[in-house]
This record gives sequence, C-alpha cells and structure tokens, in this order.
Amino acid sequence: MPRKLPALNADNRAFWQGGELAELRIHRCTACSLFFHPPAPLCPHCASFKVLPTAVSGKGTVLSYTVNHQPWSPEIEVPYVVAIIELVEQQGLQFVSNVVGIPVTDVHIGLPVQVSFLNIEDVWLPLFEKAQ
Amino acid sequence: MMIDHHYEKDVVITGIGQSEVGRPSNKSAMRLTLDACLEAINDAGLQRSDIDGVACWPGDNNNGNAFSPVGPSALKSTLGLNVNWFGGGYEGPGPLAGVINGAMAIAAGLCKHVLVFRTITEASARLVDKQAGALTNKTQGRDSSYAWQWFTPFNVLSGINLMAMYAQRHFHEYGTRPEQLAQIAMTCRQNAMRNPKALFRTPMTLDDYMESRMISTPLRMFDCDVHCDASTAIILSRRDIAQDQPNRPIRIEAMGAALNQPWSWDQISLTKMAAFDVGQMMWSRTDYTPQDVDSAQLYDGFSILTMIWLEALGLCPVGESGTFVEGGTRIALNGSLPINTNGGQLSGGRTHGLGYLHEACLQMWGRAEGRQTTNNRVTTVAAGGGPLGGSLLLVRE
Repeated sequence: MPRKLPALNADNRAFWQGGELAELRIHRCTACSLFFHPPAPLCPHCASFKVLPTAVSGKGTVLSYTVNHQPWSPEIEVPYVVAIIELVEQQGLQFVSNVVGIPVTDVHIGLPVQVSFLNIEDVWLPLFEKAQ
Repeated sequence: MMIDHHYEKDVVITGIGQSEVGRPSNKSAMRLTLDACLEAINDAGLQRSDIDGVACWPGDNNNGNAFSPVGPSALKSTLGLNVNWFGGGYEGPGPLAGVINGAMAIAAGLCKHVLVFRTITEASARLVDKQAGALTNKTQGRDSSYAWQWFTPFNVLSGINLMAMYAQRHFHEYGTRPEQLAQIAMTCRQNAMRNPKALFRTPMTLDDYMESRMISTPLRMFDCDVHCDASTAIILSRRDIAQDQPNRPIRIEAMGAALNQPWSWDQISLTKMAAFDVGQMMWSRTDYTPQDVDSAQLYDGFSILTMIWLEALGLCPVGESGTFVEGGTRIALNGSLPINTNGGQLSGGRTHGLGYLHEACLQMWGRAEGRQTTNNRVTTVAAGGGPLGGSLLLVRE
C-alpha cells in the first residue's frame, strides 16, 4: 500500500529512522526528564534545549482508533486501522499510527500494542501490533 | 492580566450577503465573492468607499486552492477598495478568524467598516479531481509540513480519520451512540428542507442514516458536510457610528479564540479539542451565561463536532450532548435551543464557517422566512474542529 513519507530533518530524523536499530525513539528532556512529541529542539514543559531522542519500550495502548473504509485512491487497500497510541512511559505521550496484523474488528480502545517497524526507503514507520 | 474592557463589544454586524450555493456553480470564484460582498455592503446601507478594511480566513494562501480561491488582496483590487488594513491566512482560530481579526482591527481604531468574506469552490474542484482535498496533496514530494507529516505516512488522507477518533473516544468515555450522532444530521436535514438555498432537501430517516456508507468508523457519509461553491460576506462596523444603518446592529458581545494546548490534531484532548478553551474564554468576557442563549449555529463539518461544541460552550453538560440531542426535540426549530437552522453544512452546504454567522444574522433580523425561530436576541456561533476553534456571542441591540 503506497504511503507518503515524511521529509527528514535534524529534529524528526531519530523518530523516523530509529526503527533501523529496532528502537522507537522519543524526544526526552534531560533537565525535567519528561518525554514530548512531536520532536523539537526545545522541551515544551521546561523550555530546556537539553533534549535527546531516547529509546522507549515500544509498548502502548490504543487511546482511540477508526476503521477507514473509504478507498481514497485506487492503490489504497481498505479497510485499515488508524489509531492514536498512548505509550506506557508517560500519560499523554501519544501519536497517530496504524494497528496492523489483526482483523480490524478486533481493535478496541485500551488494546495493549507493541511497535513494529515498516521500512520504506530511508524511513522506518512505527506501526503497532497487538501485544504478545 | 486580562483587562476589564472587552473591545469586541465596540463592534457590531450591520450587513450580510451570500452568493448562490452551487454544487457546482457556473460562476467564477471571484464572481461568487463579488455577489456576496456587494450584497453585504448594500445590506449594511454602505458604499464601497465606506469599506476601509478587509478580512478573510484563510485567504488564498498564495496557491489559489479551491478550499479558499479568493483572498483579501485579490478582492481589494477587484472591488477597487481603499483600505487601512487587510489580512488573511490559515493560521488562526478557525473559520471565524476573519471575523475575529476584523473586529480587532475596528477595536484597535484601524477601521470603521470591515468587509469579512469566505469563498469556497470545492464542489467544482471535486468534479475535476476526486482527491483535490487530500491531506497528501498539501505538500509536494515528501511531507514537510509541521502538522501533516505525522499523519500522512499512516494514510490519514482526510480529516475524517481524525474526527472519527474524537467520535470513537466520545462514544467510549460517555456512552454516546450512533443514533444520537444521527440526530445532528437529521435535524440539519429537517431545517434544510425549509431553506431554498440548501443543497440536500429530501427527508432523511434514521434508517437512511444507518444505511449510508461507512467512511471511517463510527462516521458515515451522512456525518460529513457536503461540498459546494459559494461565498459569504459580513460587514463589521464600529458600534458608535452604526446606529443609523438600516439593520438593527448585532453586537459582538464576546469572542472566543483560546488554544491552551498544542496546535495539533492528535496532541489535544480528543473529546474537548480547542473548543473547550474557546468556550471558557468567550464566557469569561461577558456577563451573559449559556442559559441566555436562544439559538446556536455550531460547526458541523462532521456531526461529532456539533456535539462537542454543545458541551464546550456549556449549552449542555460535559459528556451529555448525546442525550441532549436525542429525539431532536430540544434542538429543533421550535425547541429550547434550535441549532444549525439553515441546514448547517451537513445539508445546507459547506460554506465553511461564515455560513453559520450569515444564518445567525438572518434569524436575529427576522429574515429567515420559512425557518424563522421565535427567540433570537442572543445567539452563539462556533466553528472549527481539532486545534481550530473560534466562537462569537451575539446580542441584537
């Protein structure tokens, strides 16, 4: 299924390429120790520049989801699941991804999930599967 | 510190105009815009030479996209206006940002009469390219946008996927049900049937809704607004000089534009969006309360957004919009809180933001003909979804 890839830069590269080493990397502030997303040069909590992409467990839960049935283009296979995943490391640490590998009807809010990377060109998309 | 005087109260609405609402229209985007703007100027009892400011959301953003093909610069030149201030741009508190900016220009003493407009030609665009509005088409090549790069790689190609996740979370937290969501669509359709300009005017039953195509669970086709070609215009005037104009002035009693969360579609509260920040700000700037509101025009780009706006503006308790709208009695034209009286964007057409304000003014001036409500001295208009949100509290003087 075709996907539009992100343009890489110094801020987002660790997130999009961490999967090469099987790591989900989320920006963390070394001053206040809080994680944040999307990645940026400055911690939005304490305004410190001392931020580092940091490997997390890759474990999370489905905060919300939708089963997309609309064939937006002929190349796109439906249905597929778009979800907002909240990572176990910190409440509110969340981002959009896809839940893959299980029937779309098995996805529900609260489902424990684990990251699984999909490599396209120089990008490793962090997708999520049902946790073992 | 917030100062005590809230300057939007010095600004009133004195005229409105709207082009035909086509699906599609044969007129050019500029012609639609001129039809709306000249009607509004005339309605306000003004001449072109009286207009000294132009505001628009989002303007043409230098790309002429069907989402907003005409901006303040092009209109100013075409209409031959001499202005003290003009402005547009996407980044702001949503579809009412032009009104909010225009009101600020008057309150700051830059202008006496600001022409606010919004043109959209998405119906024509879809005839040529079904994917004209896809999020993947906002950038060329790889996605370099601050907002969309986090969504397009996961095949979020339309905003509906994001709104659907707001709806799913609302269902989960509050027990909201599909037939309650359906009521927004059915109420809009009932109102549209009384509005000759509305696009969809045939009856819609609950069965019709439930049988409509699933787009992105739990949102169906009838939860989505309908594309149109149209332009809407509003004249804002300085209150102290507007008293002799033909329409009884409608005061901007309060505005809401706050965003106390990240500008993002997935980092904000999924069940509150920017809307709750907006509502809190609006009510902090007035002595009126939600109990004073006679009717409401609430953004229905997707039905779930209307539900969230009802809660965000305090028009029903948090989490209870489902039971509030159930059965449709309260929100009907003869109910205690009529909403989206022209059919909203779901059935009336996606005039995108200013259409709600146009309808609010028609109601407050008693010009809504077959859909006229009885109580309409105080009304509220809100528009936007996700991180986009703005609201107005309007009082007829």
